[in-house]
Amino acid sequence: MRAQSRTPWSNTVRTGLLGGVAALLLSLVGLIEASAQRAIITGVLSMGHTLLLLIYVWAAQQAVRRLAADGERQPSRLETLTHGALAGLLISAVLAALVLLGQVINLRAVFINASPALFDLLTLKLGTWLGGGVLLVVGVVLGLLVASLSFIPSQFRKPLVLGLAAIPVVSVLASALFAIRGLSLLGALILLVLVAAASYLWDLKKGAVRERMNNLTPTGQRTTRWLRWLLPAVIVLLLPLLGKYPSEVLDNVGLYILMGLGLNIVVGFAGLLDLGYVAFFALGAYTMGVLTSPEIQWAGARLTFWEALPFSVLVATISGILLGIPVLGMRGDYLAIVTLGFGEIIRLVALSDWLKPYIGGSNGITRIPKAVVGPIELATPQTLYYLIILGCLVVAFVTIRVKDSRLGRAWMAVREDEDVAQAMGIDLVRTKLLAFATGAAFSGLSGAIFASKLTSIYPHSFHLLVSINVLCLIIVGGMGSIPGVIVGSLALVGLPELLREFSEYRLMMYGAALVFMMLNRPEGLMPEARRKLELHEAEGGAGE
Amino acid sequence: MALLEVNTIHTYYGAIHALKGISIQVEQGEIVTLIGANGAGKSTTLNTICGILHPHQGSILLDGEPIHGLRPHEIVARGVAQAPEGRRVFGRLNVIENLEMGAFARKDKAGIRRDMERVFTLFPRLKERAKQVAGTLSGGEQQMLAIGRALMASPRLLLLDEPSMGLAPILVEAIFDTIREINAQGTTILLVEQNALMALSVANRGYVLETGNIVLHDSASALQKNEMVRKAYLGEE
Ligand SMILES: Nc1ncnc2c1ncn2[C@@H]1O[C@H](COP(=O)(O)OP(=O)(O)O)[C@@H](O)[C@H]1O
Ligand SMILES: [Mg+2]
Repeated sequence: MRAQSRTPWSNTVRTGLLGGVAALLLSLVGLIEASAQRAIITGVLSMGHTLLLLIYVWAAQQAVRRLAADGERQPSRLETLTHGALAGLLISAVLAALVLLGQVINLRAVFINASPALFDLLTLKLGTWLGGGVLLVVGVVLGLLVASLSFIPSQFRKPLVLGLAAIPVVSVLASALFAIRGLSLLGALILLVLVAAASYLWDLKKGAVRERMNNLTPTGQRTTRWLRWLLPAVIVLLLPLLGKYPSEVLDNVGLYILMGLGLNIVVGFAGLLDLGYVAFFALGAYTMGVLTSPEIQWAGARLTFWEALPFSVLVATISGILLGIPVLGMRGDYLAIVTLGFGEIIRLVALSDWLKPYIGGSNGITRIPKAVVGPIELATPQTLYYLIILGCLVVAFVTIRVKDSRLGRAWMAVREDEDVAQAMGIDLVRTKLLAFATGAAFSGLSGAIFASKLTSIYPHSFHLLVSINVLCLIIVGGMGSIPGVIVGSLALVGLPELLREFSEYRLMMYGAALVFMMLNRPEGLMPEARRKLELHEAEGGAGE
Repeated sequence: MALLEVNTIHTYYGAIHALKGISIQVEQGEIVTLIGANGAGKSTTLNTICGILHPHQGSILLDGEPIHGLRPHEIVARGVAQAPEGRRVFGRLNVIENLEMGAFARKDKAGIRRDMERVFTLFPRLKERAKQVAGTLSGGEQQMLAIGRALMASPRLLLLDEPSMGLAPILVEAIFDTIREINAQGTTILLVEQNALMALSVANRGYVLETGNIVLHDSASALQKNEMVRKAYLGEE
C-alpha cells in the first residue's frame, strides 16, 4: 500500500539495490568473512555464504510479493521470474562492483575488511572476471529459484521452506552446542526431507487431530492440555544435559529474562522509560557480595546465599522507590535522562576510592560463595540453571498475577494517559512507585544470583550497556509481553553467545534488529495481544 | 450550603497567572456553565477543582469541606469526576475496559454493573460497540465514552470540558440532550463550553470567564439576553 505510486519495476530495482547495500555492508564490516569459518553444510555451504543467501532470498521474495500485491492484475509467470531475477542480479552486481573496485584501487586503506579473502568468498575463488561473471549468474539463478517458489502450491511450499530453513538453524545450533563442524550433505538432505515431511503431514492431519481432541471426554481434554504444558516443561528441565557451555549460555539468558521481566513492568506496563535499570542489578549484586564474601570485614557476620538474598531484593526495592520519588513528575525523555544518570552514578560510586574500603573499588568483591541447596552446592552452570529457572518462574508468576490485578490496570492507565489516569481516581504516586519498586526487585534478584554465579563482581560489570541490552530485548520481544521477554532474551542474549563470530558485531546486530523490528514488526516478535490488535486495526484502516 | 464552592482561587503555570481570583458556586441539582473564549482559563478551573492543579490562593469546598489540598484520586473518591477536554479516551482499550477504568476508585461490583447499564441506556451506541477499541471510535462516540467513563465514578458533581468540541451540529444536539438527561437523573453538572449558545440553553446559571477573571454571572436566560454576551459569544453584531 505504501508504494502505490511506484511502478513495479522501480520497486524491484529499489529492493535489489537495498539488498545489495545490505550485502555490501555485511561484507565490509567483516561479518561475511568471519562467519565463513563456520560450515553450515561441510564443504558445500559456509555461514558467510548463507548470510548472503538470506539476503538474496529476502530481496527476491520481497520483489515478487510486492509485484503481486501492488498490481491491479495477477502478474504472469514470466513477469514474476523476471522480477525475481532482476532483484538477484542487482545484489550480485553491487557485490561484483565491489570485487572489481577492489582490483583497481586499494580499498583496504579505508575498509580493512575488503581483503582478498573476502573477494575469494564472493567470487568463489574463480578470479575477478570469471568469478564476477559467475556471481552475476548465481544472483540471477537464485532470484529465479526464489521467484519460482511462488508457483508451488502452498501446501508443498511451506514444508519445503521450513525444511530448507531447518538446515542452517540445526547446523548452527549443533556446531555451537556440540562443536560439530557443520552438517554433511547427506545429513542436510535427510533433515530437509524429515522436516518437510513432518510439516506436510501435520498440515494434513491438523484438522483431524483437533477434532479428535475436541471429541475427547472433559478429563481427556484436561490431560491433553496438561501434556501440552508438560512437554515444554520437561524440555526446559532437561536442557542442562546439553552440557556445560550451553548451560552457561542459558544461565545468562535466564538472568536477562529476570531483568527483562522487571523492566517490562516499568517500561512495558507503566510506560516509564528507565535507562538506569542496571543500577538495581548492581545493588542486588553488591548487597550479595557485601553480606556473603569473607573479604568484607565491616558488615558483620557472613551470611549464606539464601540468607542474603532477601536483603539483595530489599535493597534494590528500596532504591527503586528512592529513585522513583524525585522522578515522579517527570515524563518521557526527562525521565530517561535522569534514570540514565542514576545508573551511571551507581557504577561510579562503586568504582570510587571513597567506598573502596567497603566495597573494593575497581577491585570489586571476590570470593562470593555459591548457593547451597541441602547437600548440593550450585557450583556448575548446570545446577545454577535450576536456581535461575526457579527465579524466572516466580517472577513470571508474579508478573502474570499483577498484570490482571487492579495495580496492573492502574499501570496501563498511567501508561496510556497520566492526567486522565489521575482523574479516574488512580493514585499516581503509589502506582508509579510500585512500578519502580517491583521492577527493581526483579533486577535485584537477578543481580544477587549473578554475584553468586560469578563469585566476583566488579563495577565494570554494571555498565550502561546492560540497561540498553535489557531495553532492546523488551522492544524486540514485544513491549508489555511476558513471552516476548523470553524470546527477546533468547534472540539478543542467547544467539550472540552461540555465534561467537558475531560477538564483535553484537551492537551492530542489536541496531539492525531494532531498525528491522521498527520497520517490519513494531509490535515485537511476541506482541502483547492488545498491541497486536491495535496495530492490526490500524492496518485495516478501521479508524476514523 | 452549595455543593461546590470555589472561593477566589488563583492558579499559576509557573509564572503564568492563569486564574486571577475566581469564585463559582454550584448548587445541588443544577447545571452551571462556564463560558469563555479559548485560553480564558476554563480547563484550568476544572483541573484545579479536580486536584490536578493546585490553587496558590483561595479555597474550594465540596459540601462545605475543603478539597483544594487533596490529591486527584481523593477528590474522585469524594464524588467529583471529569470528562476532560479533547475526550482523551484510552485508545488501546475497548469501550467496556474504558468504562471499567472510570470506576477504578470504586469497589462495589453491583453498583458498577448498574452504572454500566445506565451508561449503555444513555448511550445505546456505546453498547453496540462494547468490544471495539476506543481509538477506532468516531469523535462523537469517543465523547459519549468520555462522559460515560466519568459517570462510572458515580459522581455527585460531573465536570464536562467542552463536550461539543469538534462535533457535527447534530451530534452536539444529541450530546446536550444526554447532558440534560444525566442532570435529570440527579447528577449536578459544571459544564465548560465555548459554544455559549448551546451551553446556555441547557444550563440554569452561567459564568463568563475572560483571561482568568469572572466578568459576569447570572441566570442562563438573563445571560442569553445580555448585550455583551450576545456580541462576544453568540456571534451577534
Ligand atoms: N500546561 C500549561 N502550561 C502553561 N500555560 C498553560 C498551560 N495550560 C494552559 N495554559 C495557559 O493558561 C491559560 C488558560 O488556559 P486554559 O485553561 O486551557 O483555557 P481554556 O480552557 O479556557 O481554553 C491560557 O493562557 C493558556 O495559555
Ligand atoms: Mg480548555
